[in-house]
Amino acid sequence: MNPRVRVTLFLVAAVGITAIFVWGFTGLPSFGHYPGPYGDEVVRRTIADRHATNTVTAVVMDIRAVDTAGEELILFAAAVGVIMLLRKQRGERLVAPPTFAEGRHPIPPSTPVRVVSAALIAPAAVLGLYLVAHGGLTPGGGFQGGVVLAVPSVLCFLAARIRSFERLHDPAVWEVARAIAIGAFLGIGFAGLIASTGFLANMLPLGTTGTVYSAGTIPVLNLIAGPAVATAIVLIVVELLEQVTEVRAK
Amino acid sequence: MNGALPALATFVPLGASVALGGLGRARRWFVDAVALAAAGATTVLTVALLVQTREHRIIHWFSGWKPHRGVALGVAFSADQLASGAALLVAALSLAAFVFSWRYLETGKNHFHVLMFLFEGGMIGFALSGDFFTLFVFFELMGVAAYALTGMNIGEAGPLEGAINFAIINSVGSFVLLLGIGLLYGRTGALNFAQVARALAKQPATDVVVVAMALVFVGLLVKAAVVPFHFWLADAHAVAPTPACVLFSGIMVMLGLYGVARVYWTVFRGVIGSAQHELGLVLIGAGVVSIVAGSVMCFVQRHLKRLLAFSTIAHGGIVLVGIGLMSHGGLAGSTLYVAGHGTVKASLFVLTGVLLHRFGSLDEGHLRGRGRGLWLTGALFALGGLALAGLPPFGTELGKGLIEEAGSDHAWMPWVFGFASVMTGAAVLRVAGRVFLGLGAAEPDRSERTGRSSPGAEERETTAAFDRTPAVLVVPAVMLLAGALAIGVWPQAAERAQVAAARFEDPKSYAASVLEGRDSLHDTETMAPSSSSVVYGVAAAGAAVALATVTLRRRRPGARMQASLRPALAPVTALRSLHTGHVGDYVMWLTIGLAAFGGLVIVAVH
Amino acid sequence: MIRGLMPYVLALWLFLIGLYGMVTSRNLVHIVMCLAIVQSSTYVLLLEVGYRAGATAPIFKDITSGRSVVDPVVQALVLTDIVIGVTVAALLLALAVQVHKETHSLDPEDLRPMTG
Repeated sequence: MNPRVRVTLFLVAAVGITAIFVWGFTGLPSFGHYPGPYGDEVVRRTIADRHATNTVTAVVMDIRAVDTAGEELILFAAAVGVIMLLRKQRGERLVAPPTFAEGRHPIPPSTPVRVVSAALIAPAAVLGLYLVAHGGLTPGGGFQGGVVLAVPSVLCFLAARIRSFERLHDPAVWEVARAIAIGAFLGIGFAGLIASTGFLANMLPLGTTGTVYSAGTIPVLNLIAGPAVATAIVLIVVELLEQVTEVRAK
Repeated sequence: MNGALPALATFVPLGASVALGGLGRARRWFVDAVALAAAGATTVLTVALLVQTREHRIIHWFSGWKPHRGVALGVAFSADQLASGAALLVAALSLAAFVFSWRYLETGKNHFHVLMFLFEGGMIGFALSGDFFTLFVFFELMGVAAYALTGMNIGEAGPLEGAINFAIINSVGSFVLLLGIGLLYGRTGALNFAQVARALAKQPATDVVVVAMALVFVGLLVKAAVVPFHFWLADAHAVAPTPACVLFSGIMVMLGLYGVARVYWTVFRGVIGSAQHELGLVLIGAGVVSIVAGSVMCFVQRHLKRLLAFSTIAHGGIVLVGIGLMSHGGLAGSTLYVAGHGTVKASLFVLTGVLLHRFGSLDEGHLRGRGRGLWLTGALFALGGLALAGLPPFGTELGKGLIEEAGSDHAWMPWVFGFASVMTGAAVLRVAGRVFLGLGAAEPDRSERTGRSSPGAEERETTAAFDRTPAVLVVPAVMLLAGALAIGVWPQAAERAQVAAARFEDPKSYAASVLEGRDSLHDTETMAPSSSSVVYGVAAAGAAVALATVTLRRRRPGARMQASLRPALAPVTALRSLHTGHVGDYVMWLTIGLAAFGGLVIVAVH
Repeated sequence: MIRGLMPYVLALWLFLIGLYGMVTSRNLVHIVMCLAIVQSSTYVLLLEVGYRAGATAPIFKDITSGRSVVDPVVQALVLTDIVIGVTVAALLLALAVQVHKETHSLDPEDLRPMTG
């Protein structure tokens, strides 16, 4: 279709959509006046029933934990999908790094970049672990911490030689790690089912509010979700980086 | 009560996918065995769910968060007969798909199996969901798994492009759905279906509720491949591996329509009130457009999988019309039609998989006469075509009969349905005649449209000897067609479906079950499918055979005949030219559809 | 009244401008980024409906319970939504990489699976 016709038709439709949405917006409560009741009930119940102080994490890892399980599985699907889509095809040759792909200009890594990256690996890992472990108390949680935990791998790529990077990031190993992490998450889910409370029910002792271990399964699930997210993201990043760092000629 | 079955039915396949994900180094036969066991277990679970929901709904509150003082905090899965039936169809078709892929399908280690189980679990979770956001999460899960599966055959550009179009359009659809959910949450402060319904009942139908409903519907209709949101379906089907196509057309598309029915009857019914009839007309209109466009596009295709994909769009339109009748007869008919169509369509895709395995081609002209000797495949293919045309006693005819009975005020209905039946049935029969009997004129190879280097050649998806058809490739087709027959032949099907539909359409009873644990299921009076539908079914099948025969004449129409036919065929050519394969065009059509559908819904409700 | 609607209109604007980008784009990676923009409209809308003027974050480590907070539920929903966005983008980019390897093009004009 002629691009100009396409854009014109789109703009006409966009006007209609604007009218519909704006008309709908007038029916919403005015901005800044959330009426509840879901959020307020959650806040009330989380501190009392679960001894958790981070109500967002309580929602993510307890009240609506099945959504989180689904989300982990979506991440799993994406990691598997990326690996499958970028797998070695017939006729492709993998040439040992650090030769770069045809047409790409290899940028020799500069020393400042390498030093700073190497120096940041440990702090990033610690920060990630902190976010994961304290997810039930302060801002953070399995997902947020998990993403930060994936950062050391990227830093490793920037800091080290590609060969060392690849040796540390063998997809087969990381895939097993990821399977174990997500499997543990679902395992807790099934345990709740067996205890006939409900899939992913919070069954562990609740501890004292404000300490690192409190709110039952919430910190446990955070600790599991962190590595699950980190491994999936690392696998995706490694696969995509492999496309750049290794020559594949058909 | 916290029934475990809904959670089990969803998380057994998902657990299987994780387990298989860790078995990357295992042998193929082991992976296949684990997959079949898990698929079988899921089927058993969904059968149990279907049986147990006959007399009451089964609710599962995740994480044990049951409703407190009428406020639902946790996430609920709610299984009633229709939801369980949908879940069972997912499980049965997945089992058939796994049988088909036993041993011979090129799966690239275990990735295929992992993604298929994620797809299956996602669909079952979607069908059983009782909460808006969980519905969205499982909608995305089944989407992401499907996008990856579509692009599996990375050796050629086609699968990648098809997967890209699929992913982009369906993702936009899911964001539209989420915007609707956000507006609804803003208005009611709840995400649980029953809770939202009760909150809405306390207030009049304000503008935001209608807009939210329209957005939720559009998001689901994109998945359902209703015109004009349908462009992605044919692109995805043409290139996805056969077992994935089995699920796409067999149930995934229909789940979008199930979602529309579920959301409407459970959540919005109370608020829409007397405007229900007009809203139904909008849905019926959309259904009719899909029927006509889908049937026409189906008939002019040469690529077998694309042909079947467009027929799915047409039959989906029939299901949408049944839903739009807003009665338990119509919904029951649509349910039976989904079951009948799903099994027949799945079987036809399995048979195209056989053709792909034997001959490495999916082009009708290229395959002409090559199927001579494959008598079982050919017979099943023809039978599938007749079933699509609505030959009694297949489940398709039963479902259509119920819908026509429920819609007896609309005199045009049997004719429009007949159009779809004849066109799609004739297309399949024409293929059967050309491929397996060698009928029809030899057509010049038209490779420019597919853009492939060698006309008609497709990349094979299977290994092993190509001069034989392994039994595992054909057995699923036989079982699926038998299933379609069983649905139509089972004497209580129509009655049970209507009772189930009536209970599905009772939002007050649903809310009581979910929020208070009180089950009060009533019985309803049922109607028999229109007796004339049997006649229509036979007539349609006969007309399909006739049309197929006419198009298979040996001599091509002469130049003068072609010239005089051209102006009559102009709308068809125009319709075809709209299917450009360009994702920007698809997005544009989606926007137009969103504006038009939204506008019509608003007008209808006021 | 329009001023009161401006926050919501922002979500609508993101939605439409992202779609506009997709309709006019000549590059697949650009389309993926436009999809991310369309998705960000959902984040904005969800967070906006849960906002409470003058309230603080719903984390009670340092504040007393009883203090007015914003809705934690929408924040959890947006968290999930962001992860979903990452996954779809990752898949689409992997597809784009492969398509470019096959066809040496990222232009939708060249990437049509089938016409008609």
